[in-house]
Amino acid sequence: MELLWLIPAWPLLGFLILTCLAARLPRIMAGSVGVGSVGAAALTALLMAWDFLKHQPGRNAFTQHLWTWLDVAGLHLEIAFYLDALTLVMIIVITGVGFFIHLYSLGYMAHDQGYTRFFAYMNLFVAAMLVLVLADNLPLLYLGWEGVGLCSYLLIGFWYTDPANGYAARKAFVVTRVGDTAMAVGLFVLYNQLGTLQIQEVMQRAAAAWPAGSTMALLTALLLLGGAVGKSAQLPLQTWLPDAMAGPTPVSALIHAATMVTAGVYLIARTHGLFLLAPTALTITAVIGAATLLLAGFSALVQQDIKRVLAYSTISQLGYMFLALGVGAWSAAIFHLFTHAFFKALLFLGAGAVIHALGGEQDMSRMGGLKQKLPLTFWTFLAGAASLAALPLVTAGFYSKDLIIWQAFASPRGGLGFWFMAVAGALLTALYTFRMVLLTFTGPARTPVHHPPGLVMRLPLLVLAFLSLTAGFLETPHSLGHMRVFSGWLHTCLPEAGLAAGREAYEILFELLAGLAALCGIFGALRLYHPLAKSRYSLPESLRQYWIKGWGFDSLYDRLVVRPYIHLAQFNKNDFLDLFFVFLAWLAKTGHQTLAATQNGRLRSYAWGLGLGAAAIAAMVVLL
Amino acid sequence: MILAFLILIPICGGVLAWTMESRHPGTARWIALAVLLGNLGLTALLVPARFDVVSAVGPFLISLELAWMPALGIHFHLALDGLNLVLVFLTHFLGLTALAAAWTEIEHKIGFFYFNLLWVLAGIMGVFLALDLFLFYFFWEMMLIPMFFLISVFGHANRTYASIKFFLFTQISGLLMLLAILGLYFIHGRLTGRYTFNYLELLGTPLSDVSGMLLMLGFLMAFAVKLPAVPLHTWLPDAHTEAPTAGSIILAGLLLKTGAYGIMRFVVPLFPKAAAAAAPFAMFLAVIAILYGALLALSQTDFKRLVAYTSVSHMGFVMLAIFAWNQLALQGALIQIICHGLSTGALFFLAGALQERLHTRELGRMGGLWAAAPRLSGMALFFALASLGLPGLGNFIAEFTILLGVYQVSKPLAVLSALGLISAAVYSLWIIQAAFHGPPQPKLVLADLSGRESAALLAMLAALVFLGLYPQPVFTAAEPALTHLTRTAATQKITEAVPAPPGENPHASP
Repeated sequence: MELLWLIPAWPLLGFLILTCLAARLPRIMAGSVGVGSVGAAALTALLMAWDFLKHQPGRNAFTQHLWTWLDVAGLHLEIAFYLDALTLVMIIVITGVGFFIHLYSLGYMAHDQGYTRFFAYMNLFVAAMLVLVLADNLPLLYLGWEGVGLCSYLLIGFWYTDPANGYAARKAFVVTRVGDTAMAVGLFVLYNQLGTLQIQEVMQRAAAAWPAGSTMALLTALLLLGGAVGKSAQLPLQTWLPDAMAGPTPVSALIHAATMVTAGVYLIARTHGLFLLAPTALTITAVIGAATLLLAGFSALVQQDIKRVLAYSTISQLGYMFLALGVGAWSAAIFHLFTHAFFKALLFLGAGAVIHALGGEQDMSRMGGLKQKLPLTFWTFLAGAASLAALPLVTAGFYSKDLIIWQAFASPRGGLGFWFMAVAGALLTALYTFRMVLLTFTGPARTPVHHPPGLVMRLPLLVLAFLSLTAGFLETPHSLGHMRVFSGWLHTCLPEAGLAAGREAYEILFELLAGLAALCGIFGALRLYHPLAKSRYSLPESLRQYWIKGWGFDSLYDRLVVRPYIHLAQFNKNDFLDLFFVFLAWLAKTGHQTLAATQNGRLRSYAWGLGLGAAAIAAMVVLL
Repeated sequence: MILAFLILIPICGGVLAWTMESRHPGTARWIALAVLLGNLGLTALLVPARFDVVSAVGPFLISLELAWMPALGIHFHLALDGLNLVLVFLTHFLGLTALAAAWTEIEHKIGFFYFNLLWVLAGIMGVFLALDLFLFYFFWEMMLIPMFFLISVFGHANRTYASIKFFLFTQISGLLMLLAILGLYFIHGRLTGRYTFNYLELLGTPLSDVSGMLLMLGFLMAFAVKLPAVPLHTWLPDAHTEAPTAGSIILAGLLLKTGAYGIMRFVVPLFPKAAAAAAPFAMFLAVIAILYGALLALSQTDFKRLVAYTSVSHMGFVMLAIFAWNQLALQGALIQIICHGLSTGALFFLAGALQERLHTRELGRMGGLWAAAPRLSGMALFFALASLGLPGLGNFIAEFTILLGVYQVSKPLAVLSALGLISAAVYSLWIIQAAFHGPPQPKLVLADLSGRESAALLAMLAALVFLGLYPQPVFTAAEPALTHLTRTAATQKITEAVPAPPGENPHASP
């Protein structure tokens, strides 16, 4: 356990080596440092997990103090790491999936000029993400939180020569910072009210100080939710994620699918004690999740860019997690986070393999026929797609999503409305997923294949495909073996969801319906998008455009916030406040010139002046 | 005596550098380097094992009081506590980086340049150390004149306008401070019979509401111009932009900080009641500065001008914190003073490095520099991130503690100023986009950072990382001094409420 600090230290060390030596490091070395550091972190994480399970530390958590960060005027913050079951799941996902994505990047980025820079940023990202999940207090969590945001910015804008990438990167950073600022204000409120920022203490003191439903609890929970919504690209701050696809595909896999965007889910689960005091905040979370999962699902259905389909899909799946959190199904949310990390990373890596093979082509209408040419990519991609679509029984996504759908109904905070939205989302998911599979891999080939993926790219695909199919068996419903490994483990630190009275009886029925929805979606996709399909149904063009543009949020924000701000800045470029001083200077100068003009050396004007002056004085004497 | 040496050595060094001009102009650099390193060593000697040793008059580690014009109550009175020790360190650190920036930039009148540089630093040191108000004013003026020459002689195209504007703003506001100092001197003298400029004796002078407010405003004007507070900030973009790199570093890193220090040391402790009355208004102006500076920064096309406006925004946090007047905010203000000095100083350094290479400061003519100069660009990225308050760097600690502290005093203002965090991200990332990202310029030849430049920037980088991960040494050093200031102000507010009869004032002469 004492080696806990090593887990983030490895990738941080990798980052430092890669940055300091930079160009002096041969390519092969840079790659090994980049991948090796994350590999070392993954091994250390596994070691920790083994140790944790074997020793079961007291109160199911282990804290490691490194040093006192600051201790000023009553504010005491430690650089300290906190390890419990939730953290453990997160670090295993981050380092495990992170390692395979790094490995894949060796091949994907092999010919890129910024090879070393890429691995440096990726390592820094992993380090920051690990700090985020290991943090024992909220400011340290915030450090990791902003750190991953920074790396996201750096990697979205990785190919910096194109200003569009730079714009996407800045958009991602600034939009998430809006959420981050809400979160920062949340920290101020918490500290002001509770006098601590240490996470466990915050929850204890909050529970002691605030009755359930109190305004303060609601306020702080909503402010933290603001941060979560920004990072996890939920309504109304979801706009940055589709544009974030400008980065290299492994980045999208690691940061914008498997790990960073789940930070919001992690944050809410981590501070669940606070949210439980604010039932309204939980309901809002659930509503945001449900609305997001549908909106993003519709948008995913019409995208032409394969990465944008996956991006909207990620937003939608995160919506499921928020829905789960909102109905109090904490472990279900984390379970979906867990399986989603595998299958979404896999899908991105598969998409990356396709893009790589086609020489950078991302438009699905220019793909097709890849089933024969890239068989391994196809089959692994299919595994991921099946998992995303929650194909019943054989995929991980089925077990995790099904759990959420069920609890959206069965939890005491759930209801038929949430259930219906979740099922509709499942249908949509299956539909857009298989649309993507069919457009990409079947039909006539439209672009020739240049580089089939090499070994370092194939291995991660295989491993992740295996996990996408099997990881779900850790947690199965009553009707299917009733395996409770995952939730049993998480319930050492997260409360159980519980069931509303009288809803157990419906479990099989509702599960069948959910499974049916997924099957319908797949079937629908086959009917609509298979090359041999006869019916070609297309949406009205205006609606299609509306969905492609993500329901018009971008242009709305553009008009409401971005452009007014920029116009205001441009308008006042020369600082109108300076005008006052410029005026003073002008006054002095003009005064000087006017008076100087009277000193012209001409007797006649002096005489006039004398005369007028004397007259004026005389007049004053007379009149006064 | 060490305190006097800290000021005398740069003064003599400056004169020496100037006299060497005719024969060995290059030696001036080495003289300046030797002076600053020597001074830094002397300062290091002053670091005590413990900071919380409180003497009768306050937590002063060392002080020096020599009669200057005793008949008028004027003494050469310097004293050092944890607060100004930190500031003296900062002065040397930034002095050295300014030197590194000027090393190749200044090629004419080298001796005169270093004369001015060292005299400005001596003046600043004096301002930070003086505890006699007359002496303080003396140093206040002393740092102004060499700075004027640095801008007007060594500056860029529009230097005359900028230097005169700078001079008028600071001179007029300085005169108001002089009037306030004299006012306080006479009021205190009439009440107690002791005519003195000694700060420690003047603390706790009972004042009527009106005279307290007027005198407070006199001081505040001088400090608010320096800080700068909106709407008195308009000299700053011109001065920063037109000054040579070393001048910009000293302006942003140190001169602005004298304003903040003045409010902390003089305005609030001397006039606690008037300051408390003005605090809501001052804090409101500070929030305006934060948001307004950030907004203006975004539209600038001149690299240095952009950075100059970010200073307005960042110093708004300092003013906000000082008028919030609690430990947390004040400690945050001190860290902000240091970190803003480092990060903005570094950005000016980089702007200067770019101007030396590209002969332009226009962002429109930059872009895509990363490929040509990755080290320079990486450094710029780092300092831009520092300026947007990235956690892990000192600026975050500063803004976080400031806002935590301010939140205890005014919730709406804390929330409003937190919006500054968003706009800081907007302009900071814009710098990177405009200058370093974007399509590379094909014919551009750009030398990357030299060893000297890298060393200076790495030192600033290391300091920011250190302060971001372990700011405690600064907090520990400043804690007794800041506690003392807040306590003095608090006790006086009580005594002021019931004006003590002359002679019975508990704070009069120790």
